[in-house]
Amino acid sequence: MIAPLFFYLFALMTVVSGLMVIIARNPVHSVLFLILSFFNSAGLFVLLGAEFLAMLLMVVYVGAVAVLFLFVVMMLDINIDEMRQGFRQHLPLGLVVGLILIVELMMIFTQDVSSSNILATNVSGELSNTAMIGSVLYTEYLLNFQVAGLILLVAMIGAITLTMRHREGVKRQVISVQNSRTRNETVQIVSVDSHVAPKVLEDSRAANKQLK
Amino acid sequence: METLTGFFTSPMMVELMWTVAQIFAVIVPLLIAVAYLTLAERRVIGLMQLRKGPNVVGPFGLLQPFADALKLLSKETILPSGASKAVFVIAPMLTFVLSLVAWAVIPFGEGMVIADVNVGILYLFAISSLGVYGVIMAGWASNSKYPFLGAMRSAAQMISYEVSLGLVIITVIMAAGSLNLTDIVMAQKDMWFFIPLFPMFVIFFISTLAETNRAPFDLPEGESELVAGYFVEYSSMSFALFFLGEYANMILMSGMTTTLFLGGWLPPFDWPILYLIPGPVWFALKVALVLFVFLWVRATTPRYRYDQLMRLGWKIFLPFTLIFVVLTGGVLLGFGLLPQ
Repeated sequence: MIAPLFFYLFALMTVVSGLMVIIARNPVHSVLFLILSFFNSAGLFVLLGAEFLAMLLMVVYVGAVAVLFLFVVMMLDINIDEMRQGFRQHLPLGLVVGLILIVELMMIFTQDVSSSNILATNVSGELSNTAMIGSVLYTEYLLNFQVAGLILLVAMIGAITLTMRHREGVKRQVISVQNSRTRNETVQIVSVDSHVAPKVLEDSRAANKQLK
Repeated sequence: METLTGFFTSPMMVELMWTVAQIFAVIVPLLIAVAYLTLAERRVIGLMQLRKGPNVVGPFGLLQPFADALKLLSKETILPSGASKAVFVIAPMLTFVLSLVAWAVIPFGEGMVIADVNVGILYLFAISSLGVYGVIMAGWASNSKYPFLGAMRSAAQMISYEVSLGLVIITVIMAAGSLNLTDIVMAQKDMWFFIPLFPMFVIFFISTLAETNRAPFDLPEGESELVAGYFVEYSSMSFALFFLGEYANMILMSGMTTTLFLGGWLPPFDWPILYLIPGPVWFALKVALVLFVFLWVRATTPRYRYDQLMRLGWKIFLPFTLIFVVLTGGVLLGFGLLPQ
C-alpha cells in the first residue's frame, strides 16, 4: 500500500520540479529544482528495485555534475530582464519545436510497440542488481563501455587544451625544486667587518647634525 | 475506539512504530555524542595547549554543551534583507538532515542496522557527496561576499577529495566483495582492512578531514580571512543546525572509517571472551578513537594554503589511489584472494 503512494510522490515531484526548472525566474533556483528532480528520479529507481542505478544517479548526477552546474550558474552574472527581452521574438520558434516534440512523442506512444520495450519493469531477482549489471557491462557491452570512456577522455583532454595557456611572468610554486634546494645555494655566510657598523652610525649622526 | 486500537495494532502500524523507535534509538545517542564532542574538542585542545578548557559549568564542565545550546536558542534569528529567503532557510536544515539520514545504513552490531541495504556503501557515499549543497546554498543565499567565497572554496574542496574518497572505497569493496556494510565488516573478521590497505586508510582519513572541512583543511571557514566562511550570516538556531551538522558529519565520517577499515563492531581479536562486550560498545570505542585523532590533528597542524590543498588532492591522492586500485585488483586476482 505504501509503495504506490511513494511512486506518486516521487513521480509528481519529478514532474513538478522539472517544470519549475523552466519556470523559475532565478537560474540558481532552476538548478536547485533540477537537482530535486534528479533526486526524485533516484527515488523512482529505488521503487523499481534498481538501487544500484539509483545510487549511481545520486553520486554522479546529484553529487558531481549538478554541483559543477550550480557552480557555473552562480558565478555567471545573469540579468533576468535582459534574458526576457527576446521572449516574444523567439516564441514562434519555441512553439514549433515543442509541437514537433509532442507529435513525435504521440507517435511513439500510439504505435503498437511491445509494452516490455517501454515500460520499466521491476528487475529484482535472485542476484543483486549490482552483480547483474556488472556481469553484462564487462562482457557483452565491454566495447560500448570502453568507447564511452574514451569519448569522455577525449572531451576532457579537449577542454584542458582549450583552456590551458602558459602566461609569462606568473610566479608558480614548484615543490620538487623547493625540496631539492641545498643549504649551499640558499644560505650565504658573509663575514662582516666589525668596524663598519660604528662608522655607518657616525656617518648618519653627522648627516643629522648637518640637517639641523 | 475499537477501530482506533485496531489501527494501532495493525501490522503496518506496528512495523512503522518499530522503525520510528529504531530511528530514535540511533538519533538520540548521536545528538548526545555531538553535544559532548564539542566539549571534548575544547577540553582536548585545551589540554594539548597546556590550559584547562571549559571546566566551570557543571562537574568537569559536563553541562557546558547545554549552556551553549541554551545561549544559542535565546538569540535572535536574523534573515538578511538581501538574502534569497527560502534557500537561506533550507540550507541549514539540509545540512543537518543529511548528516542524520546517513546513519540509516551504518551497522552498530550484528544485525543492528536500521536499513540493511545491498548498496549501503554507495548510499553513504551519495549522502556524503550531497553535503556540499547545504554549504553552497548557504553561501549563495546569504548574498554576501565572505559566505560566497567560503562556499566556493568548500565546494571545490569537497569535490576534489570525493574523487580520492571514492577510489579508496573501491579498493575496500574489492577486498570485501560486497557493497553491503554488514558484509564489509564481516569480511574483516580475520584481519581489519587497515592492515593490508594501510596507505588507503591514511588517505581515507585525510580525505575525510577535507570532506568535513576540518583542520588543517578548514579553509572554507578560515576565520582569519573569511570571518567564518559560509555561515557568517547565520545566527541562533540556524547557526546551531550548521554546527550540529558539522559535528554529526565528523562522527559519521569516523563511523565510516571504523566500518571500512577498523572492523566495525568486531573486537580487536577473535577471542570468545572479547565477544562478551557487545558490538555497539566496540563500535563506539573505535569511533571515539578516530574522533580523538580528528581533534589531535586540529590542535597540532597549521592550515594548508589553498593551492597546496588542491595539489594534494589532484596531483598526489588521485594518482596514488588510482594506482593502488589497480594494484589491489592485481594482487587479489593474482593470488586468488578474490572474495566470492
